[in-house]
Amino acid sequence: MAVASLARTLTRTEARKIKPAPSWIVIGLLVAGCVFLAIGSLQSALFAQQTIAGLASGGIYASLAVALVLIYRATEVVNFSQGAIATFTTYIAWQLMQWGLAYWGAFFLTLAIAFVGGILLELVAIRPVERAGTLTVVIVTIGLLILIEGSVGWIWSAEVKFMPPAFPSRPIQVGGVAFTLQDLGTIGVSIGAVVLLWLFFQFTKLGLGMRAAALRPSAARLAGVRVSWMLSLGWGLAAALGSVAGMMAAASPTVLLQPSMMDTVLIYAFAAAVLGGLESAAGAVIGGLAIGVMLNLLGSYVSWVTPQLLLPATFVLMLIVLLIKPSGLFGRARVRKV
Amino acid sequence: MPLLELEDVEARYGAVKALHGVTLRVDEGKIAAVLGANGAGKTTTLRAISNTVKRSGHVRFAGKSLARRAPESIAKLGIAHVPEGRGTFSELTVMENLRLGGYTRRGPLKDDLQRVRSYFTWIDERGDQQAGTLSGGEQQMLALARAFMQRPKLLLLDEPSLGLAPLVVSEIFRIVKELNEHEGMTVLVVEQNASIALQAASDAYVLEVGKVALSGPSAELREHESVRRSYLGY
Repeated sequence: MAVASLARTLTRTEARKIKPAPSWIVIGLLVAGCVFLAIGSLQSALFAQQTIAGLASGGIYASLAVALVLIYRATEVVNFSQGAIATFTTYIAWQLMQWGLAYWGAFFLTLAIAFVGGILLELVAIRPVERAGTLTVVIVTIGLLILIEGSVGWIWSAEVKFMPPAFPSRPIQVGGVAFTLQDLGTIGVSIGAVVLLWLFFQFTKLGLGMRAAALRPSAARLAGVRVSWMLSLGWGLAAALGSVAGMMAAASPTVLLQPSMMDTVLIYAFAAAVLGGLESAAGAVIGGLAIGVMLNLLGSYVSWVTPQLLLPATFVLMLIVLLIKPSGLFGRARVRKV
Repeated sequence: MPLLELEDVEARYGAVKALHGVTLRVDEGKIAAVLGANGAGKTTTLRAISNTVKRSGHVRFAGKSLARRAPESIAKLGIAHVPEGRGTFSELTVMENLRLGGYTRRGPLKDDLQRVRSYFTWIDERGDQQAGTLSGGEQQMLALARAFMQRPKLLLLDEPSLGLAPLVVSEIFRIVKELNEHEGMTVLVVEQNASIALQAASDAYVLEVGKVALSGPSAELREHESVRRSYLGY
């Protein structure tokens, strides 16, 4: 008996280590969703337009969600201050433009500032409590959320500002459907940033070191990886990616540049990350896009879904997915050794 | 000339002392073995070297003290520690594991990969496979290959025979001997399987409750009455 159960435990822990292929049901659902969107878009110009607009906001949720996943994977901490950091850096971009920088100059300078700022934040606020346990660190990130949002209001005042968009809002016609360049650009930039990050993790030595540090810190150290530095870098990259989300979001007419602008976006991003399984960047991207499109279509086609109902709708979707597949669409079931 | 020297090394896990003053030395170019029963402190001895356990006493590597060095900087100095349970990253591919082995070094890894292939011929065609899907023996060999990519002066091997079939174990020890002879890699191997370890090693230390109880050339220890009875079983 004892031997049998031990053998079972062993095979199970072994199974945990092997990345499972996403289940066929999940893939089927995604394909069905894509087919539905494609057919709908071919049938109706309005549907196509709403889908693209949904993908644009979905791209924003996706990039912030990937930022959350990045930190979660390394430390199992959900960084509640991710949205506030994005807000802060977006204000920096706005300020740079006020000082006369062109949009893309301000954009890339902001990325660099966010990267360095994220590293400093990890060193100053997270490192000292790192060993105190996950819950403590999570509470520190909530503290950071309040602190950073407060300082944004204090530095730049709470009044709504106008963030110049990266792309002209002029529409372009593709086969009778009008898309705004801004939507297309937002999709391109946010997904492009995620893809760049993926390339970094996949093909560079440093990226490999960061992955190893997240997977098995002790073994990574034996291979010569400075794990604590990798965690700081992770915060830097997450902050930079979040700032992309922030700058894109601030230009969209539904968000506007204000201290609390990322609060709702963070909730959607969190929902996207949870849908994807919290540990999977690809899952977070798909989750983000799915939520963006779903909300937009619900808002424009279902008459009784008012804007106030969109957030609850997200939670209903999240609830359904987690009830059916508790580890998220792309997550793996975890076995914890006790 | 000793490459590695431990002098009066003590180590503890919280309140529990695991090493009570271990003294040993490994000469350059040799294979040394640490034998002992479960809980004798074999794994802890290796951990004390790579500074992954709280320890005191002197640990010197190539004349440098390792007292205040972090594990990652010890790895960079040229010590590759293959921990118990293989220390491969099962979520990463075989090739990624090998690339990670070269993490501490600069420059391209092409030559090293070529050399790895000459010792581990199967690795080439399995490059894209997830390490977790390899068999136990292959994972142990991958761990060895990864350590080799580090181009270490000293290789610390923790129970390479654990959970493997005898044939696989002798294959692994054959490769370890080759690495030692052809690449000049000094090896400190911890083993419960005393007979195979004594065959491979030129010197051995027998640990008992956190202390070196016996030491000497392997040939002498093999003949030693108590070693034979307790560890070789004849």
